[in-house]
Amino acid sequence: MEYFLQQLINGVTLGSVYGLIAIGYTMVYGIIGMINFAHGDIFMVGAFVALISFILFALTGISLPIVLILVLLIAMVFTACYGWTVEKLAYKPLRKSFRLAPLISALGMSIVLQNYVQAAQGARIKTLQPVIQGGFNFFKKSEFVVTLSYLQIFIVLVTIVLMAIFTLLITRTALGRAQRACEQDRTMTALMGINVDRTISTTFIIGSSLASVAGVMFVMYYGVIDFYIGFLAGIKAFTAAVLGGIGSIPGAMLGGLLIGLIETFWSGYISIEYKDIAAFTTLVIVLIFFPTGFLGKPDIEKV
Amino acid sequence: MLNISKVETFYGNIQALRGVDVKVNNGEIVALIGSNGAGKSTLLMTISGVNKAATGEILFDSKSIANMPPHDIVNLGISQVPEGRRIFSRLTVEDNLRLGASVNEKGKNFDLDSKDVYDLFPVLKDRLSQRGGTLSGGEQQMLAIGRAMMARPKVLLLDEPSLGIAPKLVNQIFTSIKNINKEKKVTVFLVEQNAKKALELADRGYVLVNGKISLEGAGKDLLNNPDVQAAYLEGGK
Repeated sequence: MEYFLQQLINGVTLGSVYGLIAIGYTMVYGIIGMINFAHGDIFMVGAFVALISFILFALTGISLPIVLILVLLIAMVFTACYGWTVEKLAYKPLRKSFRLAPLISALGMSIVLQNYVQAAQGARIKTLQPVIQGGFNFFKKSEFVVTLSYLQIFIVLVTIVLMAIFTLLITRTALGRAQRACEQDRTMTALMGINVDRTISTTFIIGSSLASVAGVMFVMYYGVIDFYIGFLAGIKAFTAAVLGGIGSIPGAMLGGLLIGLIETFWSGYISIEYKDIAAFTTLVIVLIFFPTGFLGKPDIEKV
Repeated sequence: MLNISKVETFYGNIQALRGVDVKVNNGEIVALIGSNGAGKSTLLMTISGVNKAATGEILFDSKSIANMPPHDIVNLGISQVPEGRRIFSRLTVEDNLRLGASVNEKGKNFDLDSKDVYDLFPVLKDRLSQRGGTLSGGEQQMLAIGRAMMARPKVLLLDEPSLGIAPKLVNQIFTSIKNINKEKKVTVFLVEQNAKKALELADRGYVLVNGKISLEGAGKDLLNNPDVQAAYLEGGK
């Protein structure tokens, strides 16, 4: 029981990180119908920006809550610039091209970003001292003490707040409406007087900022990053997006949570070596029974 | 108000428009008739900036719009109701209408803008929270026209508003087009296969054949023209 609870706490934390990245995949897929393979590396850039900012702020002696807010903001702004640039350079010129072209371009951007960070930051792993320490301990008298760290609370809270803001943005604002319209018919959206290019750019900016927050959390949680972390985290988050139903935003959140839970429970109860296989096998099994993922429903349209 | 001269448009190597000259004056209803594939929809999409004119000039209030992106053209006051309605079927009726109002300060005056639309199509008011795709064909057409009217356009381009709609509703749609023109003072450029209805409604008409204007004149004159009757009005239409 204690052990189960601990795995649950760890799984929800990890799921938050995956969910935040998965939203970026699902949004971009929804709006321009491509898988942005560079998105995982955008997350990695976010983690590096966070690491550098944490180290710089440690020298200044500013108090922790302010540092956290500043690091989150800096990582979001910087990473959003990267996401915006990637779209302008690598995808926008190919928008009228055949479907595979932007996909190949995305793989190229992924390699570019990895090598750029490797060249700029070195190939060795980078470490960060724990930023938030301590936590609550439960079941102190039993053999297995369950820990809920302050860091985990921070990660889950920030995720919930961001997802709430983001859901409001999509469902209630003119921007969200324009995005949903673009998903369905870009030409018609332009005929509504909406600047479609700008809407797509904004989508990349939002997706990248969310991924960067995941990057901040990742570097705080694991304390170790290198230029290659975007690959596996990206593929996991992509799996999460497909599991939830690609194109569906609640689906991305649900998928992220599921992948996080599956991975931690598998590691905790079966074998930590095969945790990645567990996540991907789940995807295969789910897709057999739900070909569009859990929440991705193909619409029946009346003609 | 809208002055199209010598416009040629291509799809790849295929020429769809071969030097089209059309003039739409302020306050008019102008009909464009022609058979399938004559280039009617291409002309509307070229006016809206979705297709680019390879040569020729399109002037709106003596301002060239031939090289403008579609969203800027809508902002100037030219809205289009495209063929097949193309409503956002997964979005609610209200969201569809709000999208139509995007050009007016991001749809902040929704209640005010939508009042005019409910005057034209009262049924939409009862369907606000329904998804667009659940409406009937006729209601979808009303939504498509209503959505375009939300932008308070100066010129409304209508592409085949009677296509795929129950005959009873066709009359209603044509009546509302008349209202849009007479009461809301919107200039209308109407593309139709239902030549008889279109020419009865229109002040002037054009006949498009193979990407070229072959005939033009007052709506009633075209209606009585033997060539037009033979080509477009036979078969009890």
